[in-house]
Order: sequence, then C-alpha cells, then structure tokens
Amino acid sequence: MRWRSPDCWSGLALAALGGYIVVAAGGWDYLTPDGPGPGFFPRWYGVAMLVLSLLLVLRSDRGHVSDWRGAGRALATWAALALSVALMKAIGFVVAFAALTLFIVAVMYRRSTLVAALTAVALAGAFYLIFPLALGVPLP
Amino acid sequence: MDIASGLLHGFAVALAPANLLWCFIGVLLGTVVGILPGLGPPATIAMLLPLTALMNPAGAIIMLAGIYYGAKYGGSTTSILLNVPGESASVVTCIDGYQMARKGRAGPALGIAAIASFVAGTFGVLALMLVAPPLARLALAFSSPEYFALMALGLAMVVLLAGRSMVKALLAMLVGLWTAGIGTDVFTSTSRFTFGRMELLSGIDFVVVAIGVFAIGEVLANMEAREEPQALPVPKGLRNLLPTVQDIKDCRFAFANGSIIGFLIGVLPGAGSTIASFISYGVEKAFSRRREQFGTGVIEGVAAPEGANNSETGGALVPLLTLGIPGSGTTAILLAALVLWGFKPGPLFIAENPSMFWGLVASMYIGNVMLLVLNLPLVPLFAQVLRAPVYVLYPLIIGLSVVGVYSISGSLFDLALLAGFGLLGYVMRKLDYPAAPLVLGLVLGGAMERALRQSLMMSEGSLTILVARPLSAAMLVCALLILLIPLFTTLNSWRLRAMEEESK
Repeated sequence: MRWRSPDCWSGLALAALGGYIVVAAGGWDYLTPDGPGPGFFPRWYGVAMLVLSLLLVLRSDRGHVSDWRGAGRALATWAALALSVALMKAIGFVVAFAALTLFIVAVMYRRSTLVAALTAVALAGAFYLIFPLALGVPLP
Repeated sequence: MDIASGLLHGFAVALAPANLLWCFIGVLLGTVVGILPGLGPPATIAMLLPLTALMNPAGAIIMLAGIYYGAKYGGSTTSILLNVPGESASVVTCIDGYQMARKGRAGPALGIAAIASFVAGTFGVLALMLVAPPLARLALAFSSPEYFALMALGLAMVVLLAGRSMVKALLAMLVGLWTAGIGTDVFTSTSRFTFGRMELLSGIDFVVVAIGVFAIGEVLANMEAREEPQALPVPKGLRNLLPTVQDIKDCRFAFANGSIIGFLIGVLPGAGSTIASFISYGVEKAFSRRREQFGTGVIEGVAAPEGANNSETGGALVPLLTLGIPGSGTTAILLAALVLWGFKPGPLFIAENPSMFWGLVASMYIGNVMLLVLNLPLVPLFAQVLRAPVYVLYPLIIGLSVVGVYSISGSLFDLALLAGFGLLGYVMRKLDYPAAPLVLGLVLGGAMERALRQSLMMSEGSLTILVARPLSAAMLVCALLILLIPLFTTLNSWRLRAMEEESK
C-alpha cells in the first residue's frame, strides 16, 4: 500500500461511497411481502463497491502514479466553468459564457486580449442568435 | 416483414428528402468530429441528443447513427496526417498510416482508408440486416431472469474489455449502478440517495452524465496541452489519393478480414471498435507474407483496422436494436436517445417500428456511399479542420454542452451536476478508470434492478430462479467466468513466478 498513490486515495474515496451506500440501504426494506425491497439491490452493489475499493487500496503499491503536469490547466478551466455556471442565474448564459471564453482564450491559451475579446463576443453572440432567436431554445 | 420488403420500405423512409438531409448532416458532422482529435462520437451524440427531441425520430436516429459511423471514416485522416488518432478506433491506423504519409504516400493511405471503410461498413450493414430480425424473434422468449442474466453478461464483458484494471472497471460500473439508483424507487416510491434535494427525486438524467463525462471530461483532458501538433500536408487532386491496382490487390484479404472480424467483435458487448481494429491488424500481420514490414508503412496495415472499425458499427447495433442492450458508450447514448423519443428498444422494437429499423439500415447504405464520396475527393478540404484553433473549439463544446443540458430540464441544478460529472470524467481519465462501464452501469442499472426484483417476485424471493432456467443459468455462468478470468491469469502468473524462483 502506498499512501501517495492515486489508486490508494481514489480507492479510499470509493470505499467511503460504498460504506455510505451500505448504511443508507440498511435504512430501507431488504425484503417485503411482495418481494425484494428498495434496499435489496443497493446493499449488494454497495458491499461489492466496498470490497473492491479496499482491494484497490491494498494493491495500490503496484499502481502507477499519474503524471499530474498539465492538471493545473485542466482544473483551472473546470473552476472557471463551475464559477460561470454558478453565476448564470445572476448574469445569464451569454455574459457568463463570454467571460468563460475570454478566460480560456486569454489566460489558458495566452492569445492577445483583442483576439480573446473578439472570440468571446463572436461565440456568445452566435449562441444567442442560434438558440433563443432562431430555434426557440431557452438559455439559462 | 421479410428482408426484401423491409429494405424497400427502409429505402422509402431513408430517401425522403428530410431524412436524406439528416443522413448527410450526420455523416458530415461525423467526419468532422472524427478528424478533430479530442472530440469523439459519444461526446458529439450526447451534446446533440437534447436538440433531437424536436426532430422526427427516424430522421434523428439516421443523423445520430451517421455521426457514429462517419466519425470512423474521419478518424483515419488524423491518424495518417498527424500520428494522433482522431478517435479511439483509429489508434492502430497510426502505426502504418503515419509511416506511409512520411514516405510521401499520404494520398493512397487516405484513399485506402476510405475504400476499406466503405467495403467493410457496407458489409456490417448487410450483416446487421440479416442477423438482427431473427435474433429479435429468438429473444421474444426472454423473461425477467434472462434479461437480468443478459445484462449481467453484457456488463461483465464491458468490465473485462474496458480498461487495463478490471477492479477499476468494476468500480466504475458500480458507480454507474449507484447513479442509476438515485431518485424515487418505482416499486415502493421510497426516495433513495437524494440527500434531501427535491431535484434528485426524479433521478439524474442520463444526458447530464453522458455530456459531463464524455464532452466536458474530454475538453478538460485536452486542455492540459497548450500547443497543438502539426499535420503533414495532404496531396491535392483525386488521382493522388487513389491507391494503385497493386495496392488494392494487396488489400484483398484485409477487406475481408476487417469486415468479418469487425462485425463479430461488434456484436459482443464491450469489445468495441478499438479492439476490433487491433485484432484485425493482428490477424492481418499474422497471415501476411511480409509481416516483418508491418509498422513501416504497409497499406494492408491501414485497410484492415479501418475496415474493422467500420464493420463494427453494424455489429454493435445488433444487441442494441434486438435486445435493448448496448455494448459501448456510444450505443448506450443511442439507447438513451431511443428511450427519450418514447421507444422501447428490445425484441419487439423491429416488429413494432419497421420504419425506424429499416429506415436506419437503408440510411446506412446511403450514408456509406456519401462518406466514400466525401472522404475521397474532399479529404484535403476536411484536413483543414485540423487547423481550427482549439481555443475556439473548446469553449464551443462547453457552450453546446451547457445549452444541451439546460434545454432538457431547464434546471440550473442540472448544470451544476454537469460540471460535477465533467470533473468526474476528467479525474477518471487521469486515474485510468474507464468511462464506458460507468455509462453502461447507469443506462442498464434501472432495468437491471427491475428485472432482478421482478424475477424474485416470480419466485417469491428465491434466487434459484436465476439459475433454474437454462438460458439465464448459462449467461450467468459465462458472466462469472468472465469476471474470474483475471483471477486465473493472476494465479497463473504467481505459479509461473514461483516455478522460476524454484528453478534458480
């Protein structure tokens, strides 16, 4: 077992999920007079998840350590996406999406501010023209 | 409906101007998506799925299938010119395709890829047409225990073939089953795993998970690299793209090999087009008189895998349309599409919806011809897609994903889930957890639980019903054996290691 191995901590996270499923399923009927209850199937796959994830943790010394270079870029993009989704209720899709595009082009791909602004306006404008105006599909 | 009249009816459906247009849009989009590295058919189909809710179902399935097989034509272009697979099914094409391009034979490599795809793709549709209707009639005898066993067998195959670690594939599948279980239990109205959120009472929409894991996850993974690789030039003019007579002669066996292996692997749940192309390449190499030259730019090394990954499409549609059991991520999304439009894929699907089935089959014949025409003379034009700046492409994919999810439910909570599943998709890629078992677990989870509970109701709670019926018992034994294979190989490797130690 290697504590810094990704297999080890992803296994622990899944073991926690498996444990939660087993505990939650324990609160529902396993068998009812009509047949299996709502707790029947989850209890089985919860136990399977718990056992397999612990197996993964125990065998994690043989697992590989992922190359985490570049992960920062991906996670920064995800954080920007999550923030723009959170802001959509307040500022709407068009503005939030334009801001996200601006961030990706200017910060992630290091293009000039002009290129980034033009891309953001063009993409957000195209979405607005195509979906709500032409197709009648609502935007957040 | 017999095959001849079914096919005639199918052509009447597929040749309707609107359906012809959807077929063209599908194969065109498929080719573009196939060429673009980092954007695969499952992500594209998942993103477009919400928009198809407004379409005629026959036109919609024709278009989505067009994306599915069209991407396999386009994938080879990127493999040959860039040494990067446009989609996973074209990985093995890089080996000889890129070497041919480096030697100045990019034209014949692209040409033979299109021709092999056409020959084997058409064979796959022919075989689908011949195999699916009788298999559907056979499956009419299935009851709940057989369905449960069949789904267990399908999931076991997917787990076996999905990734390097079977434990991780199993865990991904279990997460899929859990996700499918979120919401209100249909038998007892008990709410399960809803964390007190009203939004989760009706469960998590499959589209949210599919778009999150495939589209957003893929974009995040691709965002890791800042610079894009440079493509080799494409020769101009049709004459420079056509293979020579000798090239075609060299590929005769590859055409047959790719067609047959691709279809057979396609029918098996879980194997998929990547495995089909690898096996077909391996067989081609094993039987070749110049096997030592493989890897240096041999034209059969392009024809065999490209044929196999196209024939596989026809095979993969067999279990989907006859049993309602998808064998891969993409066919799982197609299953969700059929359900979204109000169909019930299963043994009665072909008999109850002849226009859908035969229209799809006929459209695939037409689509393959369209793809040959598009991919032979127009490949230099399509190769320009590789010059599209990624900083425009990735925000575009994210925007389409957000709009797609919001158009289904109109819920901002679903957009938060989309972001969450996008992160999950990325982390799974990073940690080597395969996505296909998760998606299949999700799409089959509800039906699997229903089949198991109905079986146990039939037997008044006794699990023996699953093994008392011969078909169900046979399938469960097969599933068990499949899951035990790695255990035997592990034990065998320990035995061999012990023997080595002893002999020292």
